[in-house]
Amino acid sequence: MTRRPFKLVRIARAGGHAGILVFFIIFLAFPFYWMLMTTFKTTIDLHDVSKNPFLFNEPPTLEHLAVLFQDTQYLQWLINTGAVGIAVVFITLVLAVPAGYALARMTGPWAQTLGIAIFLTYLVPPTILFIPFARIIATLGLQDSLWSLVLVYPSFTVPFCTWLLMGFFKAVPRDLEDAAMIDGLSRFGAFIKVVMPISVAGILTAVIFAFTLVTQEFVYGVTFITASSSYTVSVGVPTFLVRGDVYFWGSMMAACLIASLPIAIIYNFFVARFVAGFTMGAIK
Amino acid sequence: MTTANANAFAAKAGWRTRLADNERLLWPLMLAPAILYIVLLVGFPFLLSLFYSVSDITVGGRSMNFVGLENFHRVVASNTFWTALKNTLIFTIVSQFFVLFFANILAMALSADFRGKWLVRLLILLPWVAPISLGAIGWLWIYDSIYSVINWTGQALRILGPNDWPIWLGQPNLAMASIIVVQIWRIVPLATVILLAGLTSIPQDIHDAAAVDGAGFWRRTLQITFPLLLPITLVAVLFGIIFTFTDMIVVFLLTRGGPYDQTQVLATWAFFTGIQGGDLAGGAAVSLFLFPVLVAVAIVFLLLARRSEVT
Repeated sequence: MTRRPFKLVRIARAGGHAGILVFFIIFLAFPFYWMLMTTFKTTIDLHDVSKNPFLFNEPPTLEHLAVLFQDTQYLQWLINTGAVGIAVVFITLVLAVPAGYALARMTGPWAQTLGIAIFLTYLVPPTILFIPFARIIATLGLQDSLWSLVLVYPSFTVPFCTWLLMGFFKAVPRDLEDAAMIDGLSRFGAFIKVVMPISVAGILTAVIFAFTLVTQEFVYGVTFITASSSYTVSVGVPTFLVRGDVYFWGSMMAACLIASLPIAIIYNFFVARFVAGFTMGAIK
Repeated sequence: MTTANANAFAAKAGWRTRLADNERLLWPLMLAPAILYIVLLVGFPFLLSLFYSVSDITVGGRSMNFVGLENFHRVVASNTFWTALKNTLIFTIVSQFFVLFFANILAMALSADFRGKWLVRLLILLPWVAPISLGAIGWLWIYDSIYSVINWTGQALRILGPNDWPIWLGQPNLAMASIIVVQIWRIVPLATVILLAGLTSIPQDIHDAAAVDGAGFWRRTLQITFPLLLPITLVAVLFGIIFTFTDMIVVFLLTRGGPYDQTQVLATWAFFTGIQGGDLAGGAAVSLFLFPVLVAVAIVFLLLARRSEVT
């Protein structure tokens, strides 16, 4: 008799746990499931209110994907995003790796303050800066050029990655450099030959996050770029495909899904490091 | 200054090795490029923004005159400004309240071990890691006025009557609620992973000791978990506030501030005024109303950092 309520409590608890997870999975992942369904449904099936929308009432079709790749510049947008991402990652590493190391090893009262100050500039949002930037980009003659994005995006990737890398470099024991310096390397030499190689995982994390920040950015892209051939994915899909009253939902959802999923999967591998780096200093 | 000169002077012979070993010179040199870039691409535009807000600059215009606070007077005199300010506050406060509530529950549910955790985490993180503009387009389709899956499901479950067909983005209150839901959807994953990091950093010993002393689940949650989680909860809330208060993507893509500016927020209105309307000065003035919140959040961050340094 005494065991039964106990067992019920345990079942209730497990059920409650599963229920919470199911609720959040439905809330958070549903839009992506919906994108997937929409991508492969025929247009007639999509708009038929009398049929169950969660099922394929007509056989799945690849028509929307064909339209997306043949009739729009989607492929070009993917290429643009990749090109801008690579250029920005390069600039970011050149600036942020040395800065992160210097901040990690500097001593003195203002070293930490400087680190936080750099991080805080990451929080200055594009919505405060895009108006002066629009003018600067126009003055430089860079409107509709991907170079405008390459120039501006490091303004948020550099502070972010400097902060992230500072954390990774702090985790490298000082003894390793000291030993290398005794063996005849300079401080800078020890950084290049000892610290950098063992920080590859940390640097790779910074690369992933700089790249994903670029793929997500919207405000600067929509401000600087009006020529559809120069759009990035996150600007091209909403501005080019949502125009007028006719929505090609199938193709649009395909476009959203194709750009979202690979980023999401890669990101997921690095998310633990990301959180550690992101919140470090603010709590420890 | 003199020591720097003396160093530079002495460094002439074999300056390269000397430089590479001299930390007083090496650190500033390694930091300088990054700081220079940030000053040029964050500091300078920001000052320019201040300057524009007291000028009469337009997109096409060649002249730029000092007009004092006229732009701010103009902004404050406009009805849309007050709507946008009110909406920004509602948008931020309501969404972040729910984010905090949901993220706490979800983080606790995820801190337990169970099978398939990796997949669950991936699914739950999707809204944060996928580009938000694309996620918002997904919602645009979910809220579609002609074929909304929400309405279909509502009717199938008999929550909505057969002739009820709410136009989610077309009616002012519904539109506001709709964009708030999307913002909650977007921020919950970030808040959850931050809280989860905090939860896993609490040593299990503390819970075990409390359990031995007879504290139940609620007592442990309220008296141990929440207080220990407070600093990191604050971090999650601060990020949520920044990413919501200054955001324009969700509103821009879902309603464009409509119907009739009823869902306009400061950030979207700054965009429509400054970029699409060509009134750079006015847009700059509007966007500067975002700044006080930014400063407040920055101060809290600095206080948090200083406090944790002492302990």
